[in-house]
Amino acid sequence: MATVAPLQVRPGRSLELGLLIIALTLGVGAYALVGLATAGSVPADIVGYSAGLIALAVGMHVVLRWRAPYADPVILPAVVALNGIGLAMIYRIDLAYEAREKAGGFAERQLVWTAISMVLAAVVIVILRDHRTLRRYTYTAMVAGLVLIVAPLAPVIGREINGARIWIHVGPASLQPAELAKIVVAVFFAGYLVTTRDTLALAGPRFLGLQLPRIRDLGPILLAWLVSLSVLVLQRDLGTSLLFFGLFVGMLYLATERISWVLIGAGLFVGGAALAARLFSHVGARFDVWLTALDADTYHRAPGGSGQLVGGLFGMASGGLFGTGLGQGRPDLVPYAESDFIVASLGEELGLTGLLALLVLYLVLAQRGLRTAIGVRDGFGKLFAGGMAFVVAFQCFVVVGGVTRLIPLTGLTMPFLAYGGSSLLANWIIAALLLRISDSARRPAPVSDGDTGGLPVRGAPPAGSDNETEVLILDEDIR
Amino acid sequence: MNTPLRRLATVVVVMFVALMGATTWVQFVQAPSLNADQRNVRTLYREYGNARGPIVVGEQAIATSTKVDDPFGYQRQYLPETAPIYAPVTGYYSVVYQRSGIEEWMNTELNGSADSLFYARLEDLVTGKQPQGASVQLTIDPAVQQAAWDALGDQRGAVVALDPTTGAILAMVSKPSYDPNVLAGHDFAAVTEAWTALQADPNKPMDNRAIAGNTYPPGSTFKLITAAAALENGYAADTAVTAPRELQLPQSSSVLHNFGGSACSGTGAMTLADALRISCNTAFAQIGLDLGADALREQAQAFGFDTPLNVPMKVTESHFPDDPDAPQTALSAIGQYEVRVTPLQMAMVSATIANGGVPMQPYLVQTVRSQDLTVVDEAEPTELDRAVSGATAAALRDMMIGVVNDGTGRSAQIPGIQVAGKTGTAQTSEEAAPHAWFTAFAPADAPRVAVAVIVENGGSMGNEATGGAVAAPIARAVIQAALQ
Repeated sequence: MATVAPLQVRPGRSLELGLLIIALTLGVGAYALVGLATAGSVPADIVGYSAGLIALAVGMHVVLRWRAPYADPVILPAVVALNGIGLAMIYRIDLAYEAREKAGGFAERQLVWTAISMVLAAVVIVILRDHRTLRRYTYTAMVAGLVLIVAPLAPVIGREINGARIWIHVGPASLQPAELAKIVVAVFFAGYLVTTRDTLALAGPRFLGLQLPRIRDLGPILLAWLVSLSVLVLQRDLGTSLLFFGLFVGMLYLATERISWVLIGAGLFVGGAALAARLFSHVGARFDVWLTALDADTYHRAPGGSGQLVGGLFGMASGGLFGTGLGQGRPDLVPYAESDFIVASLGEELGLTGLLALLVLYLVLAQRGLRTAIGVRDGFGKLFAGGMAFVVAFQCFVVVGGVTRLIPLTGLTMPFLAYGGSSLLANWIIAALLLRISDSARRPAPVSDGDTGGLPVRGAPPAGSDNETEVLILDEDIR
Repeated sequence: MNTPLRRLATVVVVMFVALMGATTWVQFVQAPSLNADQRNVRTLYREYGNARGPIVVGEQAIATSTKVDDPFGYQRQYLPETAPIYAPVTGYYSVVYQRSGIEEWMNTELNGSADSLFYARLEDLVTGKQPQGASVQLTIDPAVQQAAWDALGDQRGAVVALDPTTGAILAMVSKPSYDPNVLAGHDFAAVTEAWTALQADPNKPMDNRAIAGNTYPPGSTFKLITAAAALENGYAADTAVTAPRELQLPQSSSVLHNFGGSACSGTGAMTLADALRISCNTAFAQIGLDLGADALREQAQAFGFDTPLNVPMKVTESHFPDDPDAPQTALSAIGQYEVRVTPLQMAMVSATIANGGVPMQPYLVQTVRSQDLTVVDEAEPTELDRAVSGATAAALRDMMIGVVNDGTGRSAQIPGIQVAGKTGTAQTSEEAAPHAWFTAFAPADAPRVAVAVIVENGGSMGNEATGGAVAAPIARAVIQAALQ
């Protein structure tokens, strides 16, 4: 029996404030640099801009002190830094569009969305006192998720933009419901898998040294596969399809610890995508562009050529190791420089160095999320936090991988960085949920009421925890 | 569930490492080729936005960029009085037709994007100075270049002068030439028109005949290489060689004559030195037959034939025939048949002999200086593999002195300066007049300049031309300018 020294848990709010100052300095500094590089002076609204950004970030910080004092201190600063750098870059691209008399105004809208998203994130933290409440809505979430995924196909509100039918228009606002669907689908998967994990983990036949699941348990994965493929085929969106299926397979693995599920999932998706590529020209074109991007034929093909992808590569190449500097490149030469290709824009102006720093920031964010999942005591929380942390990382992988030609290009946007209200909103809510779960993961357990044999140890397992070794892990991993 | 979470964390790390690898691949490994891609307009935009560095000869900037008020920002200008003289060297810089010459081969230095300018760029960044490309100082001696240009007159041809001890190119002239200013304009229509006219000109003014035009048959100047091969294979300067009036070529009905059908000597034999002095075809054809094609090719390659060379512009490789039969070998030994050379190659042959048998790598760029005149790159003379022994080089030098003092190259004599040289008169076809060649170095005892001259199709003398009459005086003028 392990004896456990009481762990001194520091809430980490002061650390968070310190990091937040650095993050805000980055965001506001980038904004000022854009002005200096393009107009020779700091933007006229720099005071109001920084005041607004600081107020929002500090507001979040105060809400955390109030409602989630033990929340992870790194998540909020990382997200604020990414959001701030994204805003500066979008503002910079706006200026370039303005100079070329193209439609701009993205930065203002993104700023409004940032404010809305952060307020909503704060509301989530205030209202949702315990993430386990969400488990009650497992099947509601399933229905909501399906509705959100299918909504763009609906006749009146659904819109097809650039070949992908992933938008809905409600009144003046247009939304990408799939972004929000990520969250409810993660709720459903977590709730569903935490109850069925034991069944799904049951051993079936062995094949080539691999423990396969029972055939009858294949139902859910096949269903998720079918939904993903129908997204791919009907909405023509490889990214969303890949994202949902990746989320499902990732969480299935977390729940069952069976590699065979991952292999089955990967096999199904690759097979399905390959089949779709053969059957549907719009999917096939994506693969063709990926494999032969630099060929003259592919480059000049219209529509569906590799011009955008190669333009992004050119931009990143011209940035080189240290970039042209904010405001000094030509990111606007690539279509959708402010959204789908913001990674290429950043690569051009901040260089390889800047892009690697951003990737590290995302990696830290994802790892803090996974760390939260390890720390939290309940199975639902573990799956939910793990799934959301993974989906952020996976989305980065799909986006950056697509832009750098590691994998075929998809239509996803970079979390927090890219222009897009739905994406920003959804990812801020994800951040809020991770903060909420991390609060309960790091919060010292209430002093024992006698279950542990009278040992007055902080951090002793509360009743109902599903694994004794896990509850002892508070701030540092002891394994 | 903690074990799969930790594994998932590892998977996430692996995914990000893959992303970092892919980003590095695009922005670092693949970046040079992506930046060089014709479709990448950023490279052009960036180039026009920055001041391009000047190309400097002596104390004079012969190509400069000046700020202009149009979308391109800067206008490339070539000093009007010398623009055509230096055109084969500078090349042109056009918004429509890219670049050539030094403008092309030193492009990253001139536009400031070269790796060697990294610290200069960093400094500009810190001090907030407007970034500017590096200046490129050439090895060209303006007096020698001008003398070569003037001496060549209106004739088609080329002149190359080298410093035999370093390999520095002192002059590189090709005629006819063109004015690169007409291609540097920002008026697309005018540039296109000028380009079309230059391309259509039958005299090919945009060819750099010195290094990259059509290669030429070297004619008798190749006898230097045949003589070198002989000396390296047991002959001496006073070895008696057969020199008949006519040489019946083996395995064929052809008969080889000497120039003008004359006999080389009354006896039908003469020393190797005398054979070179009067450029006796039958003697060298016989030597070629005796040595064989492989020995000749080997010697030619030792002097730089069939070897890639950049100065930094790419030099067309000079070539010795791959598999000649006996009569073709005999013709090759006197620089006919399919032997092809560049004037630079023939200047290298003289320079190598002048330098005691060791060829020096030819180069055109002396220094690269960043905006604040810090030297970021400086040429270092580089020895190539020895071509002939010191003894052979000395013997060849003495034989070449004989050519100038008492042989076919008398018109290259300079009072007070011992010149060593070799003439050549290369047949091209039945109808066309022969090319006149001369290659030489001086002073013979302490060489400071080596030169090769070609005048296409006899120049102003046409069919009457010989290397001695047409090309040697040009070489003399160049040598005089170089030694002043």
